[in-house]
Amino acid sequence: MQYQSQAVAKPYFIFALMLFAGQVLFGLIMGLQYVIGDFLFPAIPFNVARMVHTNLLIVWLLFGFMGAAYYLIPEESQRELHSPKLAIALFWIFAVAGTLTILGYLLVPYAGLAKMTGNELLPTMGREFLEQPTITKIGIVIVALGFLYNLGMTVLKGRKTVINIVLMTGLVGLAVMFLFSFYNPENLALDKYFWWWVVHLWVEGVWELIMGSILAYVLIKTTGVDREVVEKWLYVIIAMALITGILGTGHHYYWIGPPEYWKILGSVFSALEPIPFFLMAVFAFNMANRRRREHPNRAALLWAMGCGVMAFLGAGVWGFLHTLAPVNYYTHGTQITASHGHMAFYGAYAMPALRGRPDGNSNKAQVVEMWGFWLMTIAMVFITLFLTGAGILQVWLQRVPESGVALGFMATQDQIGLFYWLREITGVVFLIGLVVYFVSFFVDKDTEIQSA
Amino acid sequence: MADRFTKSMARNIYLGGSVFFILLFLALTFDTMQAMPQRDNRAQLTEAAARGKLVWEQNNCIGCHTLLGEGAYFAPELGNVFQRRGASDSETFKAFMHAWMNAQPTGVPGRRQMPQFNLTDQEIDDLAAFLEYSAGISTNDWPPNIEG
Repeated sequence: MQYQSQAVAKPYFIFALMLFAGQVLFGLIMGLQYVIGDFLFPAIPFNVARMVHTNLLIVWLLFGFMGAAYYLIPEESQRELHSPKLAIALFWIFAVAGTLTILGYLLVPYAGLAKMTGNELLPTMGREFLEQPTITKIGIVIVALGFLYNLGMTVLKGRKTVINIVLMTGLVGLAVMFLFSFYNPENLALDKYFWWWVVHLWVEGVWELIMGSILAYVLIKTTGVDREVVEKWLYVIIAMALITGILGTGHHYYWIGPPEYWKILGSVFSALEPIPFFLMAVFAFNMANRRRREHPNRAALLWAMGCGVMAFLGAGVWGFLHTLAPVNYYTHGTQITASHGHMAFYGAYAMPALRGRPDGNSNKAQVVEMWGFWLMTIAMVFITLFLTGAGILQVWLQRVPESGVALGFMATQDQIGLFYWLREITGVVFLIGLVVYFVSFFVDKDTEIQSA
Repeated sequence: MADRFTKSMARNIYLGGSVFFILLFLALTFDTMQAMPQRDNRAQLTEAAARGKLVWEQNNCIGCHTLLGEGAYFAPELGNVFQRRGASDSETFKAFMHAWMNAQPTGVPGRRQMPQFNLTDQEIDDLAAFLEYSAGISTNDWPPNIEG
């Protein structure tokens, strides 16, 4: 660490990993509820488990992004953070608010939580991924403003590089798009139209800027390749991400009310959406091959390359599989969607956060970490494959036949139970991988090498 | 990449491309908003339906069900439940909704369970009105069949 204030990133990463563990546990609960329907009912109904699972994902990714930004910005700007105290204060505010929200989900019936937090004054709750009480959403905005102020001042007074400017653009975009979560018209079609401005434009817009800049930073550090070359790549990747991703929003507008022309627009642009992910994978491998030094943190390079590949497979290939309107007509809202979501999120966003680890672990710890990497990654590939199998069968039984012949939803679910069991077993393997990854933090602490 | 392709060219593609597609997206959104009155069934968006949307949201129905294909994949699609369980008739559907909501959970061992939400009769009527309104949104003929 070159700058003392980079240390504020540490609690962010630790808390992010704790939340990640929680997310995986609730994922396993849901996985079991898919096959043993009344498991933990009524203590934790499925909707509560799912809300906890997805909200933990969002919150821990935000913690990961914030930690990465606090680590990266001082080094790129070549100065200490504007206010480390503010960063720590915001950490506690966000951590406490996030924990209270999750506890609220688990301990109070959702309708009660809505009443307690005055949802009727400004109804924003009860929409997928945006289930947080309105007051939590306001808290997120306040934390984001403080965070942007802190980083913005640091960049303004310090060196401006392509990496920190792109990262800042992404983070500002993240905060701005979140404001649409406060717009919840009574008209369902309009509600859904603008709901995607948060969800899609986060995932396939600003998050790609954030992820691209983090990847560029890690590759400069671990490979020593010339900054000019890396920055040129970064520009090309984010250019393709936005050029394809913004109109790619159209692939969500096929069946929720907007006019028919979105079928063509959405199909064309989302067919191009794998390009930035493909470039990212090529970028990671290209830079690794041209590396000018052997960085002591080989595990970080493995994460960087693995993330490139998995993001391409999950977001690119699995996304493309069901993005064309004629295909999506049958697959929309089936387990195919779920399979794509799992691998894409793991590859594109979870992996960059997991690799956020200061360099200089001992060899032994890195070997353990790499075991964790392979277990989790392979498990995720199989979770995706099993859900895809479930999805194909579901489409075949429930969607393709005519009304009257088609199997009902619940009857179809009974037919595909085997795939859910297989998914649950691989979920357990994923958990084992995560435990191994955690163990690697505690291996061989005494023999830590200090990196150059 | 060839050396002729410089960093500033890459930057210009990024900036120019982003601005162009943001503006295009805004223009398309404007056009979509003009088309929506004919598509989003706002005529049926009564006060009851609006209240029903709040009931839908404040009980986190989307945490198990899909609505127009979006949501969780644990329980059936409800964008066309008005047709599937109500035979496209308001009174039939309301009667179904009351019977259904009051019968939950079924308690069948091993079976997926829907919680008892303790809704009032008024809230169930509102929820039915909301689902009936939702069923009238033009979805380009999705879902493919009545099973959703």
